[in-house]
Amino acid sequence: MGSPLVESQVGAKPNLEVFSSTLQELAETDKDIVAVTSDSRGSGKLVPFGKKYPKQIVEIGIAEQNLVGVAAGLASAGKKAFAVSPACFLTARALEQIKNDVAYSDNPVRLIGISAGVSYGALGSTHHSLHDYAALRAINNLIVAAPADNYETEQAIKLAAASNKPLYLRFGKKNMPLLTTDEEVPFQFGKGRVICKGSDLTFIACGETVYPALQAAEKLRNEQGIEATVISMHTIKPLDKVLLQEIAESTGAIITVEEHSIYGGLGEACASFLLQNQYNKPFKIVGIPDEYTVTGSQVEILDHYGISKEGLSNTALKLLGKM
Amino acid sequence: MTENELAQKSNQYRQRILKYIVGANAGHTGGSLSCIDILNVLYNYTLNVSPQNFSSPDRDRYIQSKGHCVEALFVVLADKGFFPEEDLNTLCKYQSHYIGHPTKKVKGVEQNTGALGHGLPISVGNALAAKMDEKDFRVFTLMGDGELPEGSNWEAALTAAHYKLDNLCAIIDKNSLQITGSTADVCNTDPIDEKFESFGWAVKHVDGHDLKALKEAFDSLPFEAGKPSLVIAHTVKGKGVSFMENQISWHHGVPSKEQYADALKELSEAL
Ligand SMILES: [Mg+2]
Repeated sequence: MGSPLVESQVGAKPNLEVFSSTLQELAETDKDIVAVTSDSRGSGKLVPFGKKYPKQIVEIGIAEQNLVGVAAGLASAGKKAFAVSPACFLTARALEQIKNDVAYSDNPVRLIGISAGVSYGALGSTHHSLHDYAALRAINNLIVAAPADNYETEQAIKLAAASNKPLYLRFGKKNMPLLTTDEEVPFQFGKGRVICKGSDLTFIACGETVYPALQAAEKLRNEQGIEATVISMHTIKPLDKVLLQEIAESTGAIITVEEHSIYGGLGEACASFLLQNQYNKPFKIVGIPDEYTVTGSQVEILDHYGISKEGLSNTALKLLGKM
Repeated sequence: MTENELAQKSNQYRQRILKYIVGANAGHTGGSLSCIDILNVLYNYTLNVSPQNFSSPDRDRYIQSKGHCVEALFVVLADKGFFPEEDLNTLCKYQSHYIGHPTKKVKGVEQNTGALGHGLPISVGNALAAKMDEKDFRVFTLMGDGELPEGSNWEAALTAAHYKLDNLCAIIDKNSLQITGSTADVCNTDPIDEKFESFGWAVKHVDGHDLKALKEAFDSLPFEAGKPSLVIAHTVKGKGVSFMENQISWHHGVPSKEQYADALKELSEAL
């Protein structure tokens, strides 16, 4: 079983680019769409958007608290505000505005965390966002999602524009190959996407870590005959409990994978559900340990912590007692 | 409404503020009494807001940044017919919608506030949306002088001037006190006018208890075309009850039975 792995990077674009092109496409007909930026239109790939729709972009300058507060005011007055800022600043400096002005006041701001996780690589820990799932999961009335590929990104942006709910979407900068599935179901927040199926173990990943999980699954199948399910659990909150329950019953082991601290993110969200629902098979959380990361590019950092084809297949073999 | 009727409302509002603070055994007494004349003029004279038009996108917006003085807002909203006044008997009680800060669960409240330094940025967003949609509603926000050190206020002050939001009016309830002591001692923000002017705002000073002066100030908005307006309302914390005036212990002091009776007597006699 399992879908063919797309090794080719042909047509692969950064999710961030797909975010901006999708938003631009929507903005042509929906004049309520407004991009709100904190000197971030370049890093948010929104320069063409700003040129094409100068009346639909609001520049705030480098002031993230104000970015989110103003976006909340725009949203409460009927604008579809997309507040775009590096994830590290957006979700730490403006956390109180996210909590109060967006989530608690129920102003449907679309918070777009760009260059998320360790996308900024060697720029270091000030620029990494390894806390955002944890911080935002604890806030009521906020969808938290990290699309894996260009398809999920486009769907997520379209849904975000159409729905009137506060949400946080996180994107990286790397080219992301399109993932194909045996049976594509319509994208929905809170509904995990099964990329391939196998009964020996399951990788539950989100964002840019779904692809290395899929690579690991292919390696395990080709080299060890181990069949793995790979899930893009793009929505960290609300978690797809139905899918998790199915997996809990049918799989041999679970490995969660995220570009986030091992504390408070996708892994602990899954663990919390599974432990409270009689799951008692092997389980492992793969993420960034509780430390300021090693210096390196995004790929080097992820490799260092085992978020790679090799690292994840080794983790699987250990978990299954085969290494 | 005549000047006299408006003055009577302020007096009644003060009595009700005390009534519901006593009932809740909690509340921000001093600040509610210092800002109530401003709220009176806004809701009974200036703002185009009523229970009938509250869902209209064209209504004026009032966002109370100093959310802790919610008692002032609630008694005015009740008087305007947003909800029955007797609801306020549940203020801060178990399972009540009427909590100790503004919440949209209460009809008439625009935003959930309470954390300081949040009203101005949201108001800027509202005012910016009005400009983008070419709507002529106005946005008012009431800030405390104690919340001015919050950096988000100054971030928003820059944005308001940058986008020439002359449909925005911020009001500072300058009672010169905060929970620790005088604002000048805690973190001096004077001269407030020069700071905002240098940020690109047009500023007026007004006696925040002079209803006529408040009306005139709001009538003259915007103070300058192309600039956001700031009203520095000079007020007295605890205004109207002599033993509460200018006493920081009344920041969130709750009157005893005897103090409440004394306060009501003084207010009734002033009617
Ligand atoms: Mg004060």
